[in-house]
Amino acid sequence: MSKTSASRLPKTFRDWFESRGWEPREHQLQLLAKAKAGRSVLLVAPTGAGKTLAGFLPSLVELAERGPGRGTAKDKRGLHTLYISPLKALATDVARNLETPVQEMGLPIRIETRTGDTPSHKRARQIERPPDILLTTPEQLALLLAHREATEFFQDLRRVVLDELHSLVTSKRGDLLALGLARLMSLAPQATAVGLSATVREPDDLRRYLVPQRHEPSPPLWGRDGEGGVSANLEPGKRRHPHPPHKGEGETLRRMEAAGQTDANGTLADLVVVKGGAQPDIRMLELDERLPLAGHTASLSMPAIYELIKQHKTTLVFVNTRLQAEYTFQELWKLNDDGLAIALHHGSLDVAQRRRVEEAMAAGRLKAVVCTATLDLGIDWGDVDLVVNVGAPKGASRIMQRIGRSNHRMDEPSQAYLVPANRFEILECRAALDAVHEAAQDTPDARTGALDVLCQHILGRACADPFRLEDLYEEVRSAAPYAGLSYEDFEACVAFVATGGYALRAYERFAKIVKGNDGLWRVRDGRVAQQYRLNVGTIVESTMIKVRLGKTSRSRPGTVLPRGRLLGEIEEYFAETLTPGDTFLFAGEVLRFEAIAEDEVLVTRAGSGTDPMIPSYEGGKFPLSTFLAARVREILADPFEWDRLPPQMTEWLLQQRRRSLLPGARDLLVETFPRGNRFYMTCFPFEGRLAHQTLGMLLTRRLERARLKPLGFVANDYGIAVYASGDIATRAAREPGFMDELFSEDMLGDDLEDWLAESSLMKRTFRQCAVIAGLIERRFPGEQKTGRQVTISTDLVYDVLRKHEPDHVLLRAARADAATGLLDVRRLGVMLQRIRGRIIHKPLDRVSPLSVSVMLEIGRERVYSDNADEILAEAEAALLDEALA
Amino acid sequence: MTALRKNKQTTHEIELAGQLAILDLSGGLYLPAHDALLVADLHFEKGSSFARRGMMLPPYDTRETLDALADVVSRLDPRVVIALGDSFHDIGGPERLGDEERSTLAGVQAGREWIWVTGNHDRILPETIGGQVVEEMTLGSLTLRHEPVAGDQAEVAGHLHPVGKVVMRGRATRRRCFLTDGTRCIMPALGAYAGGLNACDAAFKPLFPNGFTAHLIGTERIFAIAKTMLCRD
Repeated sequence: MSKTSASRLPKTFRDWFESRGWEPREHQLQLLAKAKAGRSVLLVAPTGAGKTLAGFLPSLVELAERGPGRGTAKDKRGLHTLYISPLKALATDVARNLETPVQEMGLPIRIETRTGDTPSHKRARQIERPPDILLTTPEQLALLLAHREATEFFQDLRRVVLDELHSLVTSKRGDLLALGLARLMSLAPQATAVGLSATVREPDDLRRYLVPQRHEPSPPLWGRDGEGGVSANLEPGKRRHPHPPHKGEGETLRRMEAAGQTDANGTLADLVVVKGGAQPDIRMLELDERLPLAGHTASLSMPAIYELIKQHKTTLVFVNTRLQAEYTFQELWKLNDDGLAIALHHGSLDVAQRRRVEEAMAAGRLKAVVCTATLDLGIDWGDVDLVVNVGAPKGASRIMQRIGRSNHRMDEPSQAYLVPANRFEILECRAALDAVHEAAQDTPDARTGALDVLCQHILGRACADPFRLEDLYEEVRSAAPYAGLSYEDFEACVAFVATGGYALRAYERFAKIVKGNDGLWRVRDGRVAQQYRLNVGTIVESTMIKVRLGKTSRSRPGTVLPRGRLLGEIEEYFAETLTPGDTFLFAGEVLRFEAIAEDEVLVTRAGSGTDPMIPSYEGGKFPLSTFLAARVREILADPFEWDRLPPQMTEWLLQQRRRSLLPGARDLLVETFPRGNRFYMTCFPFEGRLAHQTLGMLLTRRLERARLKPLGFVANDYGIAVYASGDIATRAAREPGFMDELFSEDMLGDDLEDWLAESSLMKRTFRQCAVIAGLIERRFPGEQKTGRQVTISTDLVYDVLRKHEPDHVLLRAARADAATGLLDVRRLGVMLQRIRGRIIHKPLDRVSPLSVSVMLEIGRERVYSDNADEILAEAEAALLDEALA
Repeated sequence: MTALRKNKQTTHEIELAGQLAILDLSGGLYLPAHDALLVADLHFEKGSSFARRGMMLPPYDTRETLDALADVVSRLDPRVVIALGDSFHDIGGPERLGDEERSTLAGVQAGREWIWVTGNHDRILPETIGGQVVEEMTLGSLTLRHEPVAGDQAEVAGHLHPVGKVVMRGRATRRRCFLTDGTRCIMPALGAYAGGLNACDAAFKPLFPNGFTAHLIGTERIFAIAKTMLCRD
């Protein structure tokens, strides 16, 4: 051990490191020094760098030096270190790992976890007698902060450790945690924060997240000590009427983004970066066979994957969706003549089963695990020496973090294979490989804090103790995602929490939080606090429904009885779109949907050799990153790049150039061609499935208006195909500028606004905001059946609110979500801007090689439409057909 | 003008116990023989009812429902309007009705007969709300009441808030609907916050032992859908 490090560590710790034959790493000592200097710090390090120990080392040293408390009521010691992890399992895992050094050094440190599973007597005791180190999740932190004892509980806090920060900050959970952190820093100004993160594109975003953001002196709007200006809008009758809805070019998009921009500068935590050791050894799996033009099963690659598993010690096989996991697992077992221990792990499987797989994995008893993103986070899975990623990588950072999973010794290169499932995925894998070699990152931008999350936080704040509005505003703005929050928006959120915040002030007497004569806001009664506790959190699970194997009735043929075993659960919205007779893949087999009986989906086994009809559309869960999309377009546009592609790919691209053309990197190619008695239009924006779905919805509206009678469209990550009974090509030839008009940015004005009125995706988005903000109560599985639970359809609420108060804070929250979430409107907006004046329309006699790929989605993917009358007319016609037959 | 629009929008006709009945896009049912408009389950003040329990739903549901009601009444201009029960979400509803809504309601009632049939949510209605209050009544061959009663008697009722769900090639839609077998008609709920019960629910079975046709309310018109085409939720 070097002299410098020796001098920086207490003897107990030096001895312990030595006894293990280790040497403290430089970044671990750096973090120790930062802590001594009272600095908050972001540690960016690859997997296997000893990040967790680095995060805790300063706490362990301080606690060891402090010595044991007497534990008496008089000498009551507060919590010293709070650790937050995105996963309950990770918190438990880290607690276990932390116990080892503490016990081996005989340190007087009490470590406890607090999760949803912690029994109530233990929770009560933790409040009464706080441990030295508490490991928990963002939701549990929110609950602790809403506790009446929160002030006392946190007042001695010295350090907050935020694990896997890069994954936490990308969602509303990150917003909730940011607000919690801001509160913690108010309660314990002496505390410092440590963020542990994988490599990200903009470390400064995370550095800002860790420390309170400072602001210019308060805006003049509210100089007068809470009188007049500030609360005027909250007084009954004085609130100004909401703006009438603006309509016009880009207005809706602008409103979606209007939630405020984060300061470019702001206060930063210190930064410690650990350079990755060896370059990962990563390559594309190349086959002699031709890959299909579409599809995500990678069936041709299974024998090669099986061989790789055989050659390695332990392999993680990552796939993008649950159904891909099912399929891959099944295919590998078909090949498994050697009886290798290959297991399956995904989110819909029974929890007990998942735990068994995780334990077997940690114990080194498994040869391979086929898994989805549920295994993505940093739990230590033992000695993985190979990662195989089946299907599209979707993002460069995403794939690097996955590969980081392999090989926890950071000085040896990680081994990984990317396995494309179709030809487009070859391009995507090529682009991802380039990015990995350049260590280019494409993690998402920092979030602007969501208003629905803020509403939840305000109610929680009121549950803890009374507060002054101005103080809370300052505190909230010290959280980086909310640094740009305007006072008007803050006020709107407070008004929402109190009475719903409607221009028509009808609910004053039912207010949930009220301002007392002392100027302090407090929660009305214990019942409201109870309501808060039940609704805390930002994860609105889609309701799951059980899948049960049915038996055909002997006495009544054609009737299926719920007599078989339970297979698992699927999302309710997926079940809703199934028609009897549809087949789909689940729990390792092809099932036939029979009926929904009571609250279960009844299925039978489909005959052997049946292809599942209904694919999972979850492939779109992670859309292709903008960064990779741009690279894919560049590869397509530049024939010199083609040398680096497999020959089958080059051949295909040459054919496309002969029969149609290949667009430049910034152009949009639109092809039209007749087929059967329909007219097709395809285009390739490469903006991800979600943005394409929105584009398709808007294009069909415009084609409808142009009387071209669109019949439907399909979308994938790369492009869309619209089909119509009207001849689009002829119209475009007759009207110059037709295509430019069709794809013009003003579709994000009225057309978008009209579609949002009925869009089922928008309604789902609104429902999530309504639940998070606390407008309606969370439904718990099984509860809705008791009948005692009063529920209201948020779709009805959406319709009414949209009509009467289109600028209400909840609608603004939902629009902000739609800009980046299920509708990805922002990305569509950027794309439309990019292609302005760069649309190349190519009328063809028949389908081009490029277009075949998206055409293949027809029949495989569902057709999108929110037009109720169309569906009903079709159902009515079916009745007539029946009558005439 | 009114007559023209009347013809254009309300041509969805059915026969009910020997009478002609016109199903309106609003969810109302018009009986030309009596010049009577029937509406069901208005659930006025449901929003404020929830607000009392801490769920601050937008307080515009009554206004929205009244607008729909005012629209169909002005289009059809019936001699009598009969509300088939659960017109208010709870007994305190009439009390909470805002001034503006109260005067809109009075305007809709003016110049015509108005009958409130009581329902399980509004067993008692104050006199100040205008019109007559009855528990049930007959109109020609039809009995009008809130809760349907299984049996051979021809009736029009509400209470169950039927909705029909249709899935065609993976696309689903769920809409309010009238259910009828030619003798009985269960009306859709008109209230803006009135949820729906799927027409496939067991509750409808004893009422229609020989099946029914569902008349689903679309955006532009009403669609007659066979029971076999309806899906469960």
